[in-house]
Amino acid sequence: MTTMVARRDERTQAPVPPTKGGAKDRWVRRAPLLPALIFALVVTQVPFLYTLYLSTLSWNALRPGDKPFVGLDNYITVFNDTRLRSALFNTVLLTAGAVLFSIILGLMLALLLDRKFIGRSIVRTLLITPFLIMPVAAALLWKHAIFNPAYGLINGIFGGSTDWISSYPKAAVIATLVWQWTPFMMLILLAGLQSQSTEVLEAARVDGANAWQIFRRMTLPHLRQYLELGALLGSIYLVNTFDAIFTITQGGPGTATTNLPYEIYLTTFRKFEYGEASAAGVVVVILTIIVATFALRVISSLFRMEDNR
Amino acid sequence: MRARLHNTIWGTVAWIAGIIFVFPVIWMVLTSFKQEQAAASNPPSWTFTPTLDQYAQIFDRNITPYLLNSLMASIFSTLLVILLATPAAYALSLRPVAKWTDTLFFFISTKMMPAVAALLPVYLLAKHLGMLDNIWTMVILYTSMNLPLAVWMMRSFLLEVPREVLEAGEVDGAGLITSIRKIIMPIVSPGLAATALICFIFAWNEFFLAVNLTATAAGTAPIFLVGFISSEGLFLARLCAAATLVSLPVLIAGWLAQNKLVRGLSMGAVK
Repeated sequence: MTTMVARRDERTQAPVPPTKGGAKDRWVRRAPLLPALIFALVVTQVPFLYTLYLSTLSWNALRPGDKPFVGLDNYITVFNDTRLRSALFNTVLLTAGAVLFSIILGLMLALLLDRKFIGRSIVRTLLITPFLIMPVAAALLWKHAIFNPAYGLINGIFGGSTDWISSYPKAAVIATLVWQWTPFMMLILLAGLQSQSTEVLEAARVDGANAWQIFRRMTLPHLRQYLELGALLGSIYLVNTFDAIFTITQGGPGTATTNLPYEIYLTTFRKFEYGEASAAGVVVVILTIIVATFALRVISSLFRMEDNR
Repeated sequence: MRARLHNTIWGTVAWIAGIIFVFPVIWMVLTSFKQEQAAASNPPSWTFTPTLDQYAQIFDRNITPYLLNSLMASIFSTLLVILLATPAAYALSLRPVAKWTDTLFFFISTKMMPAVAALLPVYLLAKHLGMLDNIWTMVILYTSMNLPLAVWMMRSFLLEVPREVLEAGEVDGAGLITSIRKIIMPIVSPGLAATALICFIFAWNEFFLAVNLTATAAGTAPIFLVGFISSEGLFLARLCAAATLVSLPVLIAGWLAQNKLVRGLSMGAVK
């Protein structure tokens, strides 16, 4: 997918089209690829096929005895399960919220860093630091040192005794994720800004365009592919958010912050409904494939549009 | 003159933003040197006598095996990833196989697959083989987790090797080994190092698989932190010491790799 998004860089060259050689030559070419390919096939595809199989069984690990084949019954259960539907809704909300806010903040920071000033590289190092903190550690830090009603930083500095996590559980989780993911967005957008041609910008300035016009008409269209790339990659990572939920809210209060990964985790290791959990897993994979294909299509069609212009 | 003033103003804004952003980390490090009483005070205490008590405490509570497990899982999986990904990336860039695009997309699609969908079969298989709570299980899983990233990243670095130089080498009779040593490695090695550092970071920070597949014997660093989740009887300063300690290797790796970080995270799409 990323080949489509990558800008045409002078330094990179498209790989040579493979020449039609004999069978021996083809195997010589394939040989270095095979270990990685076989490893990836075995470790990622075999479990998935097994999940497919498990999803057709009625199997609760707490219930001894046989595991009868039930066909698509688990899928019917999954689609009628209100908990899973609310988990789907929460997943979309948490992912979209975190991606959106981290992109907006990331863009503002990238614009700041795109200027020359004293200590720019130090500021950049400071800004990427949140991304490097272990996610579980970051979640614990926000939960206890920042949101805690008795000794958390927010209440400590601004006063009050709000219990931030129970009052605003979704916002608390999103805030933590945004803090961790803004650096990621910033780095991608900064790379985009720095790939802009300074001569063209200078020419626009000479022609009397003001800063806002340049940003609106030139920088933003140029950044579009980087914004899309950031949103796409951010969504792929954030849709799987587990650490922050597990640590900060345990999916609560109630099911307010239970997302799909957490719900499936509960179904597997708290309720031991192996068949149902597998069916839910398969549904998640299908949803992921749909979202990813859709996003990829949007991006490549945008590119064709630009090429035709 | 005006431009310089502008830059000073915006530079100051950038500095303030940077400090606000990193502040929770600074607070974490500061708190880790406090006594529990000072850590749990409201309003927050800014002046205190620094102490290493909390670090001593977490070592007393045996954080060492967790750190060693993390180190093993991260280092061995990174080595394995590099060993598998580098030749694969070569076969997808400099001497491409016929269906190199399909193969690349296959790798990326395994990265998009949510781990929850594979957890149960992996768990059952590991249980069946008696490999639950075993660090080598984690090594294999982290290898497969980082493999697509490494393949894409290494490919993007290998594409920077000028083809003319390679061909000239071949004409002069340089064999594959010589080409790799004399031409490819000098150009690619910074990229190789960055790839390794990024794989290390992801393996070190991984939580979902670790929390479900390991316990006391193979528990990794994030598992040590699970004990701090409950707010009941929390030791905030001790938590901060543990969080600082487990984040330190990644902070160092990330700072070292920061110029290549964006490229790795975007699978080589953004330079």
